[in-house]
Amino acid sequence: MSVEVQKIPTGNREDEIQVYDLHKSFGDLEVLTGIDLVVHRGEVVCVIGPSGSGKSTLLRCINLLEQPTKGRIFILNDEITDPDADVDHIRTLMGMVFQSFNLFPHLTALENCTVALTQVKKLSAAQARAVGMENLHKVGLGDRGDSYPLQMSGGQQQRVAIARALSMDPELMLFDEPTSALDPELVGDVLSVMRDLAAGGMTMMVVTHEMAFAREVADRVIFMDGGVIVEQGPPAEVIGNPKEERTRTFLRRVLDPTHLDTPDDEKSATSDRSGPPEAPIEGRPHRSRLFGL
Amino acid sequence: MSAITAEGVRPKKKLSPRKRAQRTRIAQYGVLVLLVVVAALFIDGRQVVAVFFRPDMVAKTISVRLPLAFFNTIAYTAGAFVVGLLGGTVLALMKLSQVGPYRWLATIYTEFFRGVPALIVLLAFGLLPLALPGLKIPLDPYGTVWTGLGLVSAAYMSETIRAGIQAVPKGQIEAARSLGMSSGMATRRIVLPQAFRIVTPPLTNEMVLLTKDSSLVYVLGLTTNGYDLTKFGKDLSNTYANVTPLVIAGLSYLVITLPLTFLVRKMEARQARSK
Repeated sequence: MSVEVQKIPTGNREDEIQVYDLHKSFGDLEVLTGIDLVVHRGEVVCVIGPSGSGKSTLLRCINLLEQPTKGRIFILNDEITDPDADVDHIRTLMGMVFQSFNLFPHLTALENCTVALTQVKKLSAAQARAVGMENLHKVGLGDRGDSYPLQMSGGQQQRVAIARALSMDPELMLFDEPTSALDPELVGDVLSVMRDLAAGGMTMMVVTHEMAFAREVADRVIFMDGGVIVEQGPPAEVIGNPKEERTRTFLRRVLDPTHLDTPDDEKSATSDRSGPPEAPIEGRPHRSRLFGL
Repeated sequence: MSAITAEGVRPKKKLSPRKRAQRTRIAQYGVLVLLVVVAALFIDGRQVVAVFFRPDMVAKTISVRLPLAFFNTIAYTAGAFVVGLLGGTVLALMKLSQVGPYRWLATIYTEFFRGVPALIVLLAFGLLPLALPGLKIPLDPYGTVWTGLGLVSAAYMSETIRAGIQAVPKGQIEAARSLGMSSGMATRRIVLPQAFRIVTPPLTNEMVLLTKDSSLVYVLGLTTNGYDLTKFGKDLSNTYANVTPLVIAGLSYLVITLPLTFLVRKMEARQARSK
């Protein structure tokens, strides 16, 4: 494990998410079996892995939508797993974007953005409206404020969901497979909004199947399987040149789906593989930001 | 095997499905015609009209206090609906509560008031002052009726509302909580508005039932000014030994319930479209 745990929590405000020895079971099913993880300010972490590997559960534990069975989680050095923690307050520090958007269908796009501002942050209607409009503009939907979610395409809905999360002015953003429920032609708009966010220095943890996005935008890629972090590092290493066999098997399936139909290939493919599925991206221009680890 | 037997035994009687449907239809029309003929032969139309729809009785019924009775029925129903809605919402939230005793209490309440005839509840309610001498429900007679009928309808509505709350996807609460809303805030702002949108058609149906159930309030011993449509029609019918006032009262209920049913159908159609 590349995360050296010396002091819990580290006390460093730059360590925005700290996860220590996280376990989560649903009944007899162990989904997470000991996760240690620190995400730094401004870092973009993409979590990849086969379905059922626990990556969504990890994300949902971080803002306590799932109660961990064991372990401690700190957000900006506030322990969200502390029974006395002000969970509602800590949650305002992180925006969450869901696979199925979860927009409030009885509210307009703008009201989706403002409802928590007026209710939780106690902003005036006018202030909330200004913030909401600003964020709708940011995701390219400044003209759709009065539309109801069901009048919008999936891609637009997901962008409203991002604007809704951004309206709370969070320190970090959690994305739970944000493009998995979208028609392929709508994925690009959402990813480009996320790309802009990352470029703006937002701390992001993204559970995704979009390997190209992870390669391009992530500072660090985490590969999870069987409830543990199998491998992590810069995308060029984890996606471009994975060390672990489990990672290689997974990437082969994702990047070349034809392998799914021919399970026999699995054995032969391992041996006759001449190189990584795709050449690692080299010389990627680095943004000015802390490069974690 | 059965096909072989069928063909072998009676090959001529096998009709095509369309032919068979046609014959069934003809038979149905036949029965209808027969019924009309029998009715025309054996029923004395003039006598029936004289008892059920005598013009001078119609005029008399409408002029005497019908508007007041009509208003009373609407007032009883509307008030009881409000009480039932509030009570039903509280009960529904109790049923979904984490606290066991709340769930049990709500379940016992619902099962009791749904299982006991509303008439008995109202009768008992009318005698409540015997048990609680100091008890005086304000706005007599409306207060008494609203509470009595409301208690019963709350039991029915709580089940509907509970189902509505549970029909709101879990992701809605998660999204609300992830924005830092407290559980109560998420319920009030996000879940309940959607739940009530879902249950508006069934609740309107409940209002139709309540309109009719309001005819039971006569057991509470109302004064003439408090008469609802049924009691009003029944009194006049008894006085004049003629059914016409009751018929008018019955038709008055339709004036209330038919628009409601129509509304429900429109709302359901709209919900079906938006899915």
